[in-house]
Amino acid sequence: MSVDTKDEGYWAERLVAVGRDQDRDAFAELFQRYAPRVKAFLIRTGLTPGLAEDCMQDVMVTLWRKAHLYDPTRATVSTWLFTIARNRKIDMIRKVRRPEPEDLPWGPEPEPAQAEALALREDSRRLAEAVAQLPPKQRDLIERAFFGDLSHSEIAAETGLPLGTIKSRIRLAIDRLRHAMETDMPRPAGGSGR
Amino acid sequence: MTEGQFNMRRNVEHPIGDEFLIGYAAGLLPEAYDLMVATAVSLDDDARARLEGFEAMGGALLQEVEVAPLRDDSFDAVMARINGAGRADTVHGDVKTPRPNAVLPQPLREALGGDVDTLRWRGVGMGVKQIVLADSDGEATARLLSIPGGQAMPDHGHVGTEITLVLKGAFLDGDRRYARGDVEVADDAVEHMPVADIGEDCICLVVTDAPLRFNKLIPRIAQRFLNI
Repeated sequence: MSVDTKDEGYWAERLVAVGRDQDRDAFAELFQRYAPRVKAFLIRTGLTPGLAEDCMQDVMVTLWRKAHLYDPTRATVSTWLFTIARNRKIDMIRKVRRPEPEDLPWGPEPEPAQAEALALREDSRRLAEAVAQLPPKQRDLIERAFFGDLSHSEIAAETGLPLGTIKSRIRLAIDRLRHAMETDMPRPAGGSGR
Repeated sequence: MTEGQFNMRRNVEHPIGDEFLIGYAAGLLPEAYDLMVATAVSLDDDARARLEGFEAMGGALLQEVEVAPLRDDSFDAVMARINGAGRADTVHGDVKTPRPNAVLPQPLREALGGDVDTLRWRGVGMGVKQIVLADSDGEATARLLSIPGGQAMPDHGHVGTEITLVLKGAFLDGDRRYARGDVEVADDAVEHMPVADIGEDCICLVVTDAPLRFNKLIPRIAQRFLNI
């Protein structure tokens, strides 16, 4: 497994540049790096090379259009692209848009907190290492789950996958967003409290 | 802030389980379960953090796959589409904005086409109302149920697993109380008796992987026609 925090930091910065400046050079670099991986991943999940190519192209267009929503304190570029590819694939199969959680808009601060983004990447690297070092049976289960060779009832039997500290890290980022949203939005008269 | 505008921040006492979050992260779930998870996560920041943690596992796998060769015109085709289209925020429905005062979280509003005040409920007896959501894969059914405060949910067992997410009000089941954002999972071994807490109607999203079977109120044969 080749996981390099410095690399991930570089790609996160490139993606932020696409969102902030609509930077075409940054997009071309991201395409070169990630398009072949997204396509390979989709093939691993069972798509034919032709469908995987179409799906990957949709994913890269979405990268361009949604880059301004990317929050490097909550996901690495790989993770963000993974979720886009997964959703796009499901949408293609179902022909309906998959329900997604309500978005938490990125707070009012224009620049993401560098230290938090770095810490998130470090936690992501540790998570990847932890997954790589799992006993073969559990590691196999994760791969089969994410490559689509498993039913949801099979995974329901399995709990205790190692999330490590990444969950707390993401939780902090979400709390910061909530705080920013609350100070940003006026409280409605009467509120909606119960 | 504990109450009010962002009541989605309330600490959820009975949170959605990891098995559903992993299933959602990996894209394994039937459509009705996806709706359940997306809705529950919208109401529970801790569940959202767990989900995004599991999604990081998917990111780790994406990072280590071998690369696949692209079609020759791949990059040009993508650039042509980018040059011909605007950004996401100009596209209807693409950005999912939270509406702080809505009762139903955004994924559910989208599935139903509105919030609770605009829905077209159908009575199923004893003041209980429901809306059955379309399911395209037929593996599981999602429905919105509204039960008057103090009223027992029709006595029922079920063939498969039943997952209930509270959206408004609360219900009691045995010695447990489930309020907004709480999730109850009951398998077919359980004959449970949820009762809506007094004070207000209880609105829940209920997902079953097989049709509910009501024991007393409605003859079993009617289930098929009533679609409950």
